[in-house]
Amino acid sequence: MRLVDVAQFASGSLRGSPTRTLLMMLAMSIGVAAVVVLTALGEGARRYVVDQFSSLGTNLVILLPGRTETAGITPGMLIGQVPREITLDDAEAILRSRAVKRIAPLTIGSATLSRDALNREVVVLGSTSDLLEVRHMSIGIGRFLPAGDIHESTSVCVLGNQIKRELFGNEQAVGQWVRLGDRRFRVIGVLAPQGESMGMRTDELVIVPVASAHQLFNTSGLFRVLIEAKSRDAIEQARHEAEEIMFQRHGGEKDVTVITQDAVLATFDRILTALTLAVAGIAAISLAVAGVLIMNVMLIAVAQRVKEIGLLKALGAPGRQIRALFFAEAALLSAIGSAAGLALGYAGSIIIGQVYPALPVSPPWWAVLAACATALGTGILFSVWPARRAAQLDPVAALAGR
Amino acid sequence: MIRLEKVSRSFTVGDQQVAALRDIDLDIAAGDYVSIMGPSGSGKSTLLNLIGLLDRPSSGTYRLDGGDVTDLTDEQQAKVRSEKVGFVFQAFHLVPRLSAAMNIELPLILAGISPAERKTRVAQLLKNYGLTDRADHRPDQLSGGQRQRVAIARATSMHPAVLLADEPTGNLDQATGKEVMNLLEQLVAQQVTLIVVTHDPAIGGRAKRQVRMVDGQITGENKSSVLP
Repeated sequence: MRLVDVAQFASGSLRGSPTRTLLMMLAMSIGVAAVVVLTALGEGARRYVVDQFSSLGTNLVILLPGRTETAGITPGMLIGQVPREITLDDAEAILRSRAVKRIAPLTIGSATLSRDALNREVVVLGSTSDLLEVRHMSIGIGRFLPAGDIHESTSVCVLGNQIKRELFGNEQAVGQWVRLGDRRFRVIGVLAPQGESMGMRTDELVIVPVASAHQLFNTSGLFRVLIEAKSRDAIEQARHEAEEIMFQRHGGEKDVTVITQDAVLATFDRILTALTLAVAGIAAISLAVAGVLIMNVMLIAVAQRVKEIGLLKALGAPGRQIRALFFAEAALLSAIGSAAGLALGYAGSIIIGQVYPALPVSPPWWAVLAACATALGTGILFSVWPARRAAQLDPVAALAGR
Repeated sequence: MIRLEKVSRSFTVGDQQVAALRDIDLDIAAGDYVSIMGPSGSGKSTLLNLIGLLDRPSSGTYRLDGGDVTDLTDEQQAKVRSEKVGFVFQAFHLVPRLSAAMNIELPLILAGISPAERKTRVAQLLKNYGLTDRADHRPDQLSGGQRQRVAIARATSMHPAVLLADEPTGNLDQATGKEVMNLLEQLVAQQVTLIVVTHDPAIGGRAKRQVRMVDGQITGENKSSVLP
């Protein structure tokens, strides 16, 4: 029997019972679509997090006060001393490391921003001119914080795009004066709109020189120090040297934590990849269920078509040919089912992408491949038994419908 | 053409052995027209299935066309059936979802014959059996006589040497039955060996050789030289 004829005969018998065929294809396609959509979601989440981390800056090392892990009891802890804060001098000292390109100290707090009668609560970020480069921000109008002595508390500020619109509307903001807490600041620039990154809306920030922020919030400790390493290879050295410098400056105590963006990113990447795999595995169960369904329906089909099988045998079809016919039917079902499932899955991913535009939803190629392979595999695997059964029917009994 | 020697066939029913055929000796020459008659349960259908290689004898030997076919594997049996044997059944056994033309084409498809060759053969068969205008009809759109004509066309599509008919007129009225018998008998003229199993003496009596069976044994044989 020719291969074309096998396929034609199989598709003919599928068309012979359209309801049954449609239902099986539906089961198959839902399984495949589930794998595609769920892995697309998982992959989307992974890429979302990766993108967010990348938007933070490149080759970043982050220094924060306190230790996230215990290293035994230090003498300071016995007298109830909290970890020493990171000062501006500490931050400047880190620049001594040859692996460090630039740093941006960060102080964060909230204050009331007002202009005439308008006022609102804003997040105030105290930093230096290098923040623009380190954090990959871009300025819209005017200029960013001036470079210079980091201890100098000039009364200038840079507004986030949305803040500017709320306070000034379409008016010129640069050169105007605003009140922040109990101090007056002159607006020297407005940030370009850039949306959200790592949960912080830069459009709603007010950035002032770090020393001014310290006066405003009456503090001397830094919230974070962002350190940009000279290159990707220098990240590890920068991390180590920053730790070393802080160790020496803090009197031999390891009371700061240094994390690298890469390490955090790698961790998230691993977690989310594992999550995607797990979700894909769960979705694959529905494929296995579809496989069992195919076996069930094939067995019924064999029972229903006993006479036809008997006839084919009488007409000279050997057992292997009948097996091939039933295999072809199962393979065709799974192939069309998974094609429909792929279409359904991609359509679903696109819809999810429309609803959550922030999520870069797209099914990974390996999941698509695995879903199709599993669909075809289960379809054919689960038709082995029904096909064998059909092939082994006794022709005389089969013709009599027994 | 067909030579059965001491062929027996027994079935196990429950824990009992039931002999359906006992020591059958039968010789049928090429181009013979033989009818096998007997009451139901006499083993005539079992004999036909054995001859058609749908079944195997429990003992004895069966030679078809000079070769011993007693102990063939399933695969070999299927090949012999495909090349040498054609079946016509009482219940027609047409595939309900396939058109008349497709039903006739089925043995050719199974044998792997090229589509072009299939097309000419099917067209010729449709013409021979007056079914050309029914080619695209499904079995449930055909009359009983037309269905049996499709079945005969299908049985002859591979040019078999032996044509086996099991009660070919059992589901037909008398006039249609006669018409079908005429078609079958025309094949004898083309040197096809025709074996008809029936319990109807009017049908069986038309054959040149009439074999009578009772209880799995051949009890007698008539030879008539004249076709009615």
